[in-house]
Amino acid sequence: MSLKVALFGITRDIVGTSVIELPAPAPATVGELLAEMRKQYPALGELRSCAVAVNNEYATHDHPLRTTDEIALIPPVAGG
Amino acid sequence: MTPHLSITDQPVDVASALAAVQTDAAGAVNAFIGTVRNQSGGRPVRRLHYESYDSMALTQLGHVVAQAYEKWPMLQEVAVVHRKGTLELGDVAVVVAVATPHRAESFAACQFIIDTLKQVVTIWKREEYEDGTEWVAAHP
Repeated sequence: MSLKVALFGITRDIVGTSVIELPAPAPATVGELLAEMRKQYPALGELRSCAVAVNNEYATHDHPLRTTDEIALIPPVAGG
Repeated sequence: MTPHLSITDQPVDVASALAAVQTDAAGAVNAFIGTVRNQSGGRPVRRLHYESYDSMALTQLGHVVAQAYEKWPMLQEVAVVHRKGTLELGDVAVVVAVATPHRAESFAACQFIIDTLKQVVTIWKREEYEDGTEWVAAHP
């Protein structure tokens, strides 16, 4: 299975696209996804933080990922 | 008491946000209005670019407001409007308006909502300077 990950703000600048597709075998959990993304794009590891959202909610590292999930990297927010 | 929450690429209408929270049950309306400042850490800022992950931002904003209703059960009405896109100096970036029976809770609830919004709502800010741009808070 492959996964699509939406990118915003500085993560989109780092990766160079607003959606990245991770081919099979795709990461099974949020933690694996972060590790894989940081391996491919070391600049992600230099951010103050980088969370993962699954279906519009912040997800913990052990959260499982499914192909039907809406997944996004969430760099440090700065609203207001 | 359904909160009025929106993220818009149009100029924020502060008067509409205030009108949205108006209710006969409230003796206090409190609003925070965030505007674009001309400097950041001593560095002149020309304009700001806000980017939003709208669906998640509205979901998280809903959680923030739900927490406010739990903390202040007397809270009557809430409106939050956040701008996205390119903003010039002086433009309104965000308005938070709350209505409560008495003033003390209106200050507290309004501050809680804007402070928590800044921590969890998926909106990003890129400052534009004379010699480039930078994503705010991205790096330690």
